Amino acid sequence: MSPAGDPVRVPAGATRPGPAAGPRPEPAARDGPPLLEVDGVSVRFGAVQALSRVSLEIRRGEIVAIIGPNGAGKTTLLNVISGFYHPWEGRIRLEGKDRTRLPAHAVAALGVARTFQNVALFKGMTVLDNIMTGRVLRMRGSFLLEGLYWGPARRQELAHRAFVERLIDFLEIQAVRKTPAGRLPYGLQKRVELARALAAEPTLLLLDEPMAGMNVEEKEDMCRFILDVNDEFGTTIALIEHDMSVVMDISERVAVLDYGRKIADGPPEAVRKDPAVIAAYLGVARD
Amino acid sequence: MELARAALIGPFADMVANPRFLVEVLIGGVAAGLMYSLVALGFVLIFKASGVFNFAQGVMVLFAALTLVGLMERGAPVWLALLLTMAAMVALAFAIERVVLRPLVNQPPIILFMATIGISFFLEGFGEMLWGANVKRLDIGIPDTSFAVHGVLVNRLELTAAITAAVLVTVLAVFFQRTRIGRALRAVADDPAAALSLGVPLKTIWVVVWSVSGLVAIVAGIMWGAKSGVQFSLSLIALKALPVLILGGFTSVPGAVAGGLVIGVGEKLAEVYWGPLVGGAIENWFAYVLALVALLVRPQGLFGERIIERV
Repeated sequence: MSPAGDPVRVPAGATRPGPAAGPRPEPAARDGPPLLEVDGVSVRFGAVQALSRVSLEIRRGEIVAIIGPNGAGKTTLLNVISGFYHPWEGRIRLEGKDRTRLPAHAVAALGVARTFQNVALFKGMTVLDNIMTGRVLRMRGSFLLEGLYWGPARRQELAHRAFVERLIDFLEIQAVRKTPAGRLPYGLQKRVELARALAAEPTLLLLDEPMAGMNVEEKEDMCRFILDVNDEFGTTIALIEHDMSVVMDISERVAVLDYGRKIADGPPEAVRKDPAVIAAYLGVARD
Repeated sequence: MELARAALIGPFADMVANPRFLVEVLIGGVAAGLMYSLVALGFVLIFKASGVFNFAQGVMVLFAALTLVGLMERGAPVWLALLLTMAAMVALAFAIERVVLRPLVNQPPIILFMATIGISFFLEGFGEMLWGANVKRLDIGIPDTSFAVHGVLVNRLELTAAITAAVLVTVLAVFFQRTRIGRALRAVADDPAAALSLGVPLKTIWVVVWSVSGLVAIVAGIMWGAKSGVQFSLSLIALKALPVLILGGFTSVPGAVAGGLVIGVGEKLAEVYWGPLVGGAIENWFAYVLALVALLVRPQGLFGERIIERV
């Protein structure tokens, strides 16, 4: 991703951003060390074993879908990766380094962004402000200069604002820029949350049911956005999703969880036919 | 009829008859109002950034004043005492974050509120244990005398308090609106988990906020202590700050000022001009009645955020 401190990542131009500024990792380049390694992770809440020795590898630039019945531990897995929970067993490695014990804000600082199942937007702020808070990690500044809105602080603020505006154009939410986030319909809130996560220019994007509660058109839009993000910026994406047609369409690999264990891991077509997965859970893919 | 005329016409006639006196009353009201605002500001900071209503704010004002005076009595020069008091308030912020806030991190607001009640009891006792229960004089070198400006009496101490409050409020308002930390603070107040996922270090933010609130408490403590002596009833000023908060909005720094001014001026005017009609003591209840009316008419306060949720 762009070097720290360089706020403008989305090239200027029309609503759809042009070709990425940097090279997109070719499939061959994915033979390097995986971006994320979940290694034998177990999470317990009292007597409930939410995750049992789950191992998963995600390579740079991949789109991985995590599926499974409700209660399988998918959100728990995302929480462990993003540092909200800490496993009592196992390791999490980001870019080869052990990050198991890191708190959530430190994991975010390493380039991991996430969305939440129940949409954790800042309901009292406008859409624009919400997305601007996504830039918090990228903001440096002298306290005094910022307050006076002068010189380098002003330039920085304007650059961040420009980046956020391009994100808003990219995700087609211009119409609601100034609306308090709490007043938006659910589908739009999900989109704003995606924008906020993207504002941090993450290396790894974790999406928790990004298309819940959306109609077919909205889902198609979200799929397009996710594919564009992966295509243009090479962002690695892991998403939890229930809609099988979406999973088949956009993911390169699917991991299946059931009762806290991983029961399958492979290309969508293979997973779809896996008898263990069919036995546990698989909806009917609509073609 | 007689009563109506006395209540509705008499006071205004008095005001017009003696305009210089009216200006003095207004100035007194503004000064008192700004001093309430100073205390309310501490509340707003903590509420704005952590969603916690800090019942212990008044006691923090008292504790700050006690520490300052106590150190000065033991022979420390003013600048050293001030520095040490600031360090003490920052240490207090660290302690509160570690002992109270962190263990209660995801609890409902009412639990945190009760925890702050506990902090207020503890601080009051701790302050008494350290510095004794006697009333102390706080001398900051500004005499409580008045000088005349165009025939209108202005109190030096009140003027200093007013200017200090104005400066503090401006700095804090800018801090919240314009800086990265301010943005982070607003985020933390709205949704701590989301803020965490964006890289905002919650514990650091809380320590920062409680420290700043502690420093504001020092300023309020100095002003109030210089005016009425450092005594334990100082913590009751926090009760008066509550109508200020209700009127101005719990999350607004300018609101704390506006609310303070309205209540300060309103109180003084009511006491001086309507007081004789009802036997005095309007100052005691005026603020609360005003707050009650505000709650009925505009519950979020003059500057507060309206809470609108989609159902």
